[in-house]
Amino acid sequence: MSRWLTDPILTVEHLTMRFGGLVAINDLSFAVGRGDITALIGPNGAGKTTVFNCMTGFYKPSEGRIALGHAPDAFATLAAATATGRAEAKGSLFLLERMPEFEIARLGKVARTFQNIRLFGGMTVLENLMVAQHNKLMLASAYTVGGLLGLSAYRKGHDDAVERARYWLEQVHLVERADDHASDLPYGAQRRLEIARAMCTEPLLLCLDEPAAGLNPRESAELNQLLRFIRDKHGISVLLIEHDMGVVMEISDHIVVLDYGEKISDGSAEFVRNDPRVIAAYLGVEDEAEVAAVESA
Amino acid sequence: MAAEVTEQPTAEFRPEGAEILDEQRAAAMAGEPPFAETTRTVGDRLITSLKDSVIAAVIGLVLFGPLVGLETVPGSESRLAVNQRWGVVAIIVAVVFAGRLALNLLVWHTDYPITASFGRIFSRTERMHQADWIIVWVVAAILAVLNYYATELAELMVIVATIAFVVVVGRKVFAAYIPDLPYSQIFGGLFLLFAIALPLIAYGLLPDQLRYVMDQAVVMLAYIMLGWGLNIVVGYAGLLDLGYVAFYAVGAYSFALISHYFGLSFWVCLPLAGILSATWGLILGFPVLRLRGDYLAIVTIAFGEIVRLILLNWADFTGGPAGIGHIPQPSFFGLPFDRSEHGVAAFFGVPFSPILRIIWLYYIILVLALITGTISSRLRRLPIGRAWEALREDEIACRSLGINTRNTKLTAFACGAMFAGFAGSFFATRQGFISPESFNSGESFLILAVVVLGGLGSQLGIVISVIFINAVSELRQFHEYRVLIVGLALVLIMVWRPRGLISTRFPSVQLRDRKKVPAAVPAEGHG
Repeated sequence: MSRWLTDPILTVEHLTMRFGGLVAINDLSFAVGRGDITALIGPNGAGKTTVFNCMTGFYKPSEGRIALGHAPDAFATLAAATATGRAEAKGSLFLLERMPEFEIARLGKVARTFQNIRLFGGMTVLENLMVAQHNKLMLASAYTVGGLLGLSAYRKGHDDAVERARYWLEQVHLVERADDHASDLPYGAQRRLEIARAMCTEPLLLCLDEPAAGLNPRESAELNQLLRFIRDKHGISVLLIEHDMGVVMEISDHIVVLDYGEKISDGSAEFVRNDPRVIAAYLGVEDEAEVAAVESA
Repeated sequence: MAAEVTEQPTAEFRPEGAEILDEQRAAAMAGEPPFAETTRTVGDRLITSLKDSVIAAVIGLVLFGPLVGLETVPGSESRLAVNQRWGVVAIIVAVVFAGRLALNLLVWHTDYPITASFGRIFSRTERMHQADWIIVWVVAAILAVLNYYATELAELMVIVATIAFVVVVGRKVFAAYIPDLPYSQIFGGLFLLFAIALPLIAYGLLPDQLRYVMDQAVVMLAYIMLGWGLNIVVGYAGLLDLGYVAFYAVGAYSFALISHYFGLSFWVCLPLAGILSATWGLILGFPVLRLRGDYLAIVTIAFGEIVRLILLNWADFTGGPAGIGHIPQPSFFGLPFDRSEHGVAAFFGVPFSPILRIIWLYYIILVLALITGTISSRLRRLPIGRAWEALREDEIACRSLGINTRNTKLTAFACGAMFAGFAGSFFATRQGFISPESFNSGESFLILAVVVLGGLGSQLGIVISVIFINAVSELRQFHEYRVLIVGLALVLIMVWRPRGLISTRFPSVQLRDRKKVPAAVPAEGHG
């Protein structure tokens, strides 16, 4: 059942991120299974968002390799690809630490959301989703020339994009608000819109940074449904950072636990829940008990 | 880059003072009229409105009577004589009366006491929105009337202001009966017809002043074009560019130098000037890609000055402070504007007049401005325009969606610069002579003031603010104070309408109905 070992979509190896003297992530290795919902959890300041920022190109890692394979057999050429010094091999294996963030999104097909929601607040909900399809629309508009001339290829591309946006708005129950501006939406709806926007980029790996933060229990339940839908119906791998254990334990196929920039546990929900190190990190223990827990693990 | 990811959303840093004031004002008047409407009949309202309008007209008469009606002119024996102009006063009083009546009946729907309304006018309430508009035009009309001291252009401007006034108020009336007409297209069409017919209108109304009116119209259109070009960079992409005049200079000098050294004509040089300016836009764009906000503004000022100083000091090539003269005029499809038998006048069999050339220049700049306006408003609805606006809203989110922010910023710079280049080469051909003096940084600030005053991102707002600033510049009587007046207008705009005269934004794409995004929502741009 441990698909992250047999068929990963993303592997992180020996990832280290230092900010000056501060070591935010120390020699972290884990894998994300293709078609899994993987949760990255840990106490505050454990380095989860830093891992995200390294994966999506917003930080350049100090050390380590982050490889993304679009096809199951892509990882076979990993060593060769690393040696070439290029970021991409055969269009299906990507070394993300070598790529700028917009290429990771465009070529690598990794979409992400942000811990503090980053919508285009002054634009409408629909426009937010259209911006997400920018690269596709630029091609359709022949880099603006065709669009200026009003060619039919652009009109078709435009209509397709609106349809895709409408589809995702239906999935997140925002189709009624399509023409309202994004900053007008309530908080929970903004979270959903950010996920819809990420999905409009047609990713293979969706990275969500605390998608359930600030949601009420009903909204959290809806989020669970939405993430399952994205995984099951679209076959998209999901990696999420989350503090809401109700969400994490219920939907995750695989959980990676970080503490102080290091991995302390890695496995199924059942395994992680009973791991004494995780309990120690989250709940805190008496000094002797912590030592005992670490020794027995 | 590390810091940017973790920082707070920039939307939180929007200045709020003015909006709070507005909200307080709106709250203060929430319980006020039209509470009396239930007991009042239409006839009552008409009577009270008429009374109120008569009072307003009387006040107008008292104010404008001595100011406008009596003019001192040099009389006989070096004495001052008084010239009486009661006809103009009658027009003004009639405008005040009709305007007040229209406001009372159509906008306010009640009989406010005459002094109470001014404090309430600048509010964001939907009902008051039209009043803002009308005030803008009334101010323009008053300015134009004051302007009467110097020129008869004023009469034309009063007429324009009155037409606009009637259109704004009348549109509401028509919309009540026939709501489905495409009013913005009709309005734009009328505006276009007016612009096309302007030489005829001006000839009919002010035959003596034709040359002056056309010159003014050409200057205004050139500024409108520059404003629309800068609007791409500042309004859409949110990149504060204080050195825009550099691209204007590049366009002007490209044309002047190419025609000087290679003898090419205006029509060949026009696209070349645009391309060269766009190239310089890219060259400026590259080093400042990582800068945002204040830092970007400083570097763009520097760029503007560098261009001017190069033009000033590279005397061998550019002529230095002496400038370049004898820049060729645009021909009329190969026919020159001269007295010769191959000239335009001879070809059409009309007597030669230098005004023909001015009118031809007017149509050239009209077409150029329309091209700028059309392309930039179409660009806004295309993916690239949406990416510009998204960039203004949140650059990091853009990058997470796979948008190459470097190229997107560069295209914004290049597009804006290209239109400035067209305008610059038009400037060169109109003047026939250019020198670095025409391209100082004050010019950049003026264009930016046009964009900010009109409303970032709003094309119509830019037209209005150009008319306003031009009207102020023509106040010969108050020549020393004109910069002060523009500055005061900017301050007032920033207090009352922090996002400019027209600050509503129409979405570039809709799923269903057309909705405006209110003024306070779009981000101001930080890069």
